[in-house]
Amino acid sequence: MALTIPKENYSGKIYNVQVGTGGKAVTIGGASALPYLGFEGTFPNRPAVALEIMDIAPDDWPETAKKAVGAAASNPVQWAKFCQQNGADMVALRLMGTHPDQKNKSPEEAAKIAAEVAAAIDIPLIILGSGHAEKDSQVLTAAAAATRGKNCAIGKAVEENYKTIAAAAMANDHKLIAMSQLDVNLAKQLNILLTQMGFDKERIIMDPMSSALGYGLEYTYSVMERIRLAALLQNDAMMQTPTVCDIGANVWKVKETMAPESEVAEWGPLEDRALAWEAVTASAMLTAGADMLIMRHPGAAAKVKETIAELMG
Amino acid sequence: MIVIGEKISVMAKKVREALQSRDAKPLQELAVAQAKAGAHFIDVSIGPAEDNGPELMDWAVKVVQEVVQKPLCLDTTNIKAMEAGLKAHNNQWGTPLINSTSNEPERFPMMELAGKYNSKVIALTLGKGGLPADAEDRCVIASEIMARGMEYGVPMENIFLDPLILQVCTMQDQGWQAVRAVKMFKDLNDPPMQSVVGLSNISNGAPKPLRPIINRNFFALLIEAGLTAAIIDPLDKDMMDTAKTIEMIMGKTMYAHSYLDM
Repeated sequence: MALTIPKENYSGKIYNVQVGTGGKAVTIGGASALPYLGFEGTFPNRPAVALEIMDIAPDDWPETAKKAVGAAASNPVQWAKFCQQNGADMVALRLMGTHPDQKNKSPEEAAKIAAEVAAAIDIPLIILGSGHAEKDSQVLTAAAAATRGKNCAIGKAVEENYKTIAAAAMANDHKLIAMSQLDVNLAKQLNILLTQMGFDKERIIMDPMSSALGYGLEYTYSVMERIRLAALLQNDAMMQTPTVCDIGANVWKVKETMAPESEVAEWGPLEDRALAWEAVTASAMLTAGADMLIMRHPGAAAKVKETIAELMG
Repeated sequence: MIVIGEKISVMAKKVREALQSRDAKPLQELAVAQAKAGAHFIDVSIGPAEDNGPELMDWAVKVVQEVVQKPLCLDTTNIKAMEAGLKAHNNQWGTPLINSTSNEPERFPMMELAGKYNSKVIALTLGKGGLPADAEDRCVIASEIMARGMEYGVPMENIFLDPLILQVCTMQDQGWQAVRAVKMFKDLNDPPMQSVVGLSNISNGAPKPLRPIINRNFFALLIEAGLTAAIIDPLDKDMMDTAKTIEMIMGKTMYAHSYLDM
């Protein structure tokens, strides 16, 4: 007797979202089934891997991550070009220097850097604030205007500042990254609020808030899984936006990516371990449905791109 | 919940006059308002229309679909008018729904049309033997209708079984029998049969202030029982909110503070 594989019927589908312009523009999303279940649906776009750069030197990055970038990190334009040359599908510029506890750079300074970086690369650009909700609304408003026409993804818009950032994205034709804190209901709520202010839901990329392997990864995984189930099985339009995971910023602050072998001999060589930590975290997020990954180590990113190639068949 | 907007009904004076004088505007306004409020189908009820049924239905279907990109629920007892409606219907916006067939011989041709035009069809569990006594009676009639559907080549997923809602003020036990029937209909097929009700019949004859209360609470019970579609007034926000809330509590939709706006 022939075996019939039971198949799920999905009523929903993830939106396609394009970031960037020209030949190197990247489209993410489009999945019509749970991640990589190719026998149940189609996956027209491969997840994109962005490499992260900053507007300041990566002084607080662990040695392994710093070393991988080397001298290129001394200025953002050079760093962005380095990422482009080292296999990144996109560049994610984190304007960390604008944080009041960092260099408290002005929105104008940040906008200038964003424009310079955008002009220096032909792969798509993601522009991230420093995570300071109030400052981010000014910084991202200026950066969005300075990169008009580049179809960037800007964010992260959160509950406290989504109105300003969404308005800036709308006015300058950018895509928007909307983040909520590990909560499916709040993620949905934020998307509803954005839509209610007239922001096109098909221009949103959802950030469920990432975490590192061993440090709450399973929470992110389960939130992403529930988002996908609502999107695909309940045809919930507010949950059908592609998902971004901010991997590097979480991974490169945990002990496993920093502790030298001399301290924890049983953990093995630091560099291999740290790189694997970022790659494994990212791969787990892929299987939860991530459409876009923001990573720090080009070596780890290369490994993840191999995994993506295998998963996509 | 599949919402079938009931406002374009020959029972309403404004609609009746518009149908008579071929005044498209009132119909189109009602259609747009209902679609905006979340209706999935727009019911177009022209009554028996004995003189000019086909021509009237053809006109009504076209003027309504001129302004809403939705499938219609074609509501008439006139077979020729029904066929004219199916022909005029723009299937680009979805499959039309015939309202309705039953187990009465004069309504068999409606099922035949559903097969011929590959449309969906509402099946009233009403036979020539008079009103069904209870839920079991409704299931017996439903099975006979389903068998007829198979004969005419109508896929089971295109049939919406209607347990026949009777007024609670004179036939008090029938409301609960309808809820039981909706539960039992699901087991008549795999995948489960779909169901539909003309909800407001439950409160016919009751004093006006009571009607929305009866309607809404009855609706909640039916949704829990597994009702898949309802012919209601989508402009009645309390009614729509009831459906959204019950479905949210049952886990069919994901909660968000603004879930009622969706």
